[in-house]
Amino acid sequence: MSDLVRNVRSWFVPEEVRGEGSTPDYRFSLANERTFLAWLRTALALIGGGFAVDQFLPDLGRPWRVGLALALLAAGVLCALRAVDHWVRCERAMRRGEDLPVSRFPALLGVLIAAVAVVMVVVVLLGREG
Amino acid sequence: MTGPVGRNPAEPNPAEPSPTEGSPAEGSPAEPGSAARPGRDPGLQPERTRLAWRRTTLSCTVAAVLAVRAALHRGSVTGYAVGLLACVPCLAFLALAQLRIRALASAPVSGPRPLPARHAALAALGTVALAACAAVLVV
Repeated sequence: MSDLVRNVRSWFVPEEVRGEGSTPDYRFSLANERTFLAWLRTALALIGGGFAVDQFLPDLGRPWRVGLALALLAAGVLCALRAVDHWVRCERAMRRGEDLPVSRFPALLGVLIAAVAVVMVVVVLLGREG
Repeated sequence: MTGPVGRNPAEPNPAEPSPTEGSPAEGSPAEPGSAARPGRDPGLQPERTRLAWRRTTLSCTVAAVLAVRAALHRGSVTGYAVGLLACVPCLAFLALAQLRIRALASAPVSGPRPLPARHAALAALGTVALAACAAVLVV
């Protein structure tokens, strides 16, 4: 928990990160930045998906529509927060010359998106029949 | 996208483009990123980073447009207010990207400074704010 607090602190107090270790090759930092932006786009796409479920599946029952949309939006929020967290941790690891942090987040997100996709297929098929 | 350490910067790149050739999308004179300078990175890292920011602002704009569409569809005063509110993170994101692109363009040969953590946090929190607006519009 204290790790989390320290990480969140370092989002807003960048001097703390900069004070550690030595500056890595700027190309590594830029690659880390692009990875961060790619995750942010994933988050934005999930949010867009939430809007899309709400607006483009009008035949769906309201509980399903709202539930699916909220699940996608929550995944988007999680993805955005995790993007900064991972970026800071990678930045810090590179400054210290440590291994980059491993993460099970991509696997979790993949499973979650697969689950939402399956639910959507089932719901849309049932909705068409009913 | 490449991973954080996808390329060995010490590796010489035989296919070094001439400095006057930019990537295709940088024709606009408003972005002075492609100024010819000696010792420029053959891997075009700053250019790729700039285009990554551009793509991300585009995604953000799409999300904001969907928010406005949802707000108009909803048709209530609260809906309009939240729709307008959803544009704020988008505009903030555009400003942030512009700032970063300027910093990348005006960097010395030794390379640009890393992205400030505050800006990264702001970008992510803007995304969260957009999701919050979306949640209000959807429910």
